[in-house]
Amino acid sequence: MIVIKIGHHVATALASKRSMWGDLEGGVHLTIAAPTGDRSPALEQPILEAHGITKYFGAVTALRGVDFALYRNEVVGVVGDNGAGKSTLMKILSGLYAPSQGQLLFEGRPVRFHSPRDARNLGIEMVYQDLALAENMNIAENIFLGREPRRRFRLVDHRASREQAQQHLDNLRIHVKSVEQKVGELSGGQRQAVAIARATAFKAKVVIMDEPTAALAVKEVGKVLDLIKGLKQRGIGVVLISHRMDDIFYVCDRVMALFHGANFAEAPLKQTSRSQVIGWIMGTKESPGELAYDRVQ
Amino acid sequence: MTASNDTASEPAPQDRPGLRVRLIPVLDRYGILLVIFVMSLVLYALQPEVFLTWRNVANIFKQTAVNSMLAIGMFLAILTAGIDLSVGSVLALAMMALAVANADGWAWPVVLLLGPLVGLMAGFVNGVGITKLRMPHPFIMTLGMLFMARGLANLISGGVPYTGLPDPVRFLGSAQIYLGEWGAERINLPVALIVTVAVYCAFWVFLEHTVLGRRIYAIGGNPQAARVSGISVDRVLIIVYTLCGLMAGFGGLIMAGRTNSGFPNAGVGAELEAIAAVIIGGASFFGGRGTVLGVFGGVIVMGLISNGLNLNNVSVFWQQILIGLIIVIAVFLDVLRRQVGTRR
Repeated sequence: MIVIKIGHHVATALASKRSMWGDLEGGVHLTIAAPTGDRSPALEQPILEAHGITKYFGAVTALRGVDFALYRNEVVGVVGDNGAGKSTLMKILSGLYAPSQGQLLFEGRPVRFHSPRDARNLGIEMVYQDLALAENMNIAENIFLGREPRRRFRLVDHRASREQAQQHLDNLRIHVKSVEQKVGELSGGQRQAVAIARATAFKAKVVIMDEPTAALAVKEVGKVLDLIKGLKQRGIGVVLISHRMDDIFYVCDRVMALFHGANFAEAPLKQTSRSQVIGWIMGTKESPGELAYDRVQ
Repeated sequence: MTASNDTASEPAPQDRPGLRVRLIPVLDRYGILLVIFVMSLVLYALQPEVFLTWRNVANIFKQTAVNSMLAIGMFLAILTAGIDLSVGSVLALAMMALAVANADGWAWPVVLLLGPLVGLMAGFVNGVGITKLRMPHPFIMTLGMLFMARGLANLISGGVPYTGLPDPVRFLGSAQIYLGEWGAERINLPVALIVTVAVYCAFWVFLEHTVLGRRIYAIGGNPQAARVSGISVDRVLIIVYTLCGLMAGFGGLIMAGRTNSGFPNAGVGAELEAIAAVIIGGASFFGGRGTVLGVFGGVIVMGLISNGLNLNNVSVFWQQILIGLIIVIAVFLDVLRRQVGTRR
């Protein structure tokens, strides 16, 4: 009997490729490992999955058969070199792009997004690298952009907007002088906080973040990372794209590497090291002389 | 003595920037009123017998009514970081269409509605062209419409003016409501003034308090943000240019009423005056910034310039020079303001 120990999401991915394993059926025993900690794998279903995602831009192949899974209460780090396909994958997950081939599953059900709005309606939110905030508008209006609280006759309920924004920021422990401040007057970290507040204002189940700390001052990075940890505690699944190993190893439960548009490697954070992950980014799996202090815990 | 001076000036280095920053939003919003007030004082000092008479004030509003209509439509386009170069031509087309229809013996309600309707359709074509034909910039599409609408206005009229319109059609542009005597003067309220105020109030509510209005600001601030927030940017832009065309059509109706005619070379260069009013009113060419009050102020400033210079018998050429100067100064002040006001 062959025993293959693989992650649960890989098992689900494999299950969908039954034909490939058909001739081995009965001979293969899949030991499914829970993605993080001690959760029962049988109960746990990924909140968001992608199987065999391929994306062409004209003659360019940005993604080749990429598989992906995200669970509740989990932060997954996605790493890869520039052009590895991280951002393209995230834009597919958030509904901005449609995959050329492949299947998305949300809570186990196949889904197809025609626009980011479809994804948002399911609770998938994206925090864009360039933040996607309107600097000429105030904090409350940015949080509710596209989903404004309304009164009769399609009038905006400015008061409800202010109050709900303030309450939501308080919940996230984000402090601003006033929700009526223009976003253009905020610092990079404050803007990031507003972007995260916007992503989580409407019962988000998945938050996808593209380099949330790239443009921040050092002292603001920690605040944003703690905010991400806070999201996880609220039961939200978070996908984090980052180049910074410090960020990945501070907040993530699992890390996954893309290389040249394909899955390259992945592991729970506890079973890997910084130098190994950096190796993945560069496309090598050879053990890069591990150092004791690279190990987390 | 020196000691008391020191204590007096001591908090200044800390407080002054704070005060300046706090003043900015107030000046942003109401600075234009200050400009109008100062200009009025100067003009009053120069022509105390004429300037502040009701007749003259009403005259200013009558003369600026058309530019008011064009400028508020232009403001919408500029808010989305766009431009509508076709408003002058669309005004002429609307005016010609209703004058020709009237000459063909159509009933006055049809003639009355035809002007705004023609404007609306031209604006809709602009909007669809900008979004669905994916023009690189609204400049291109509306430049095309500038020529097409002007050509069409000449085509339907054979290039000659049509004079004589029924009173109901002229009502918005030329009617006056007699309010009573005040001193030795008869107080007549021009309907064009009421229309202007009503339109501006409506646009203020629209832009500040409706979902669509706020989305117009959002698109001007960051179209990408609006798009990923699920806002249908194309739909909003089509509405913006359609409204802009509609206001140009209204402008045509008012001008037809005032002049009791339609002439195919009406509104040549009017798009530039509308743009000037919007810019003087403090709107940003990069979109997302500006207020309805500011636009109204910009229109009035331009009206005051031409009125004041006319009253003082200054050559009309000086008006052009002055308006040009004021545009440059207004934008320069805005550049200074941004340096102080925003972080980065």
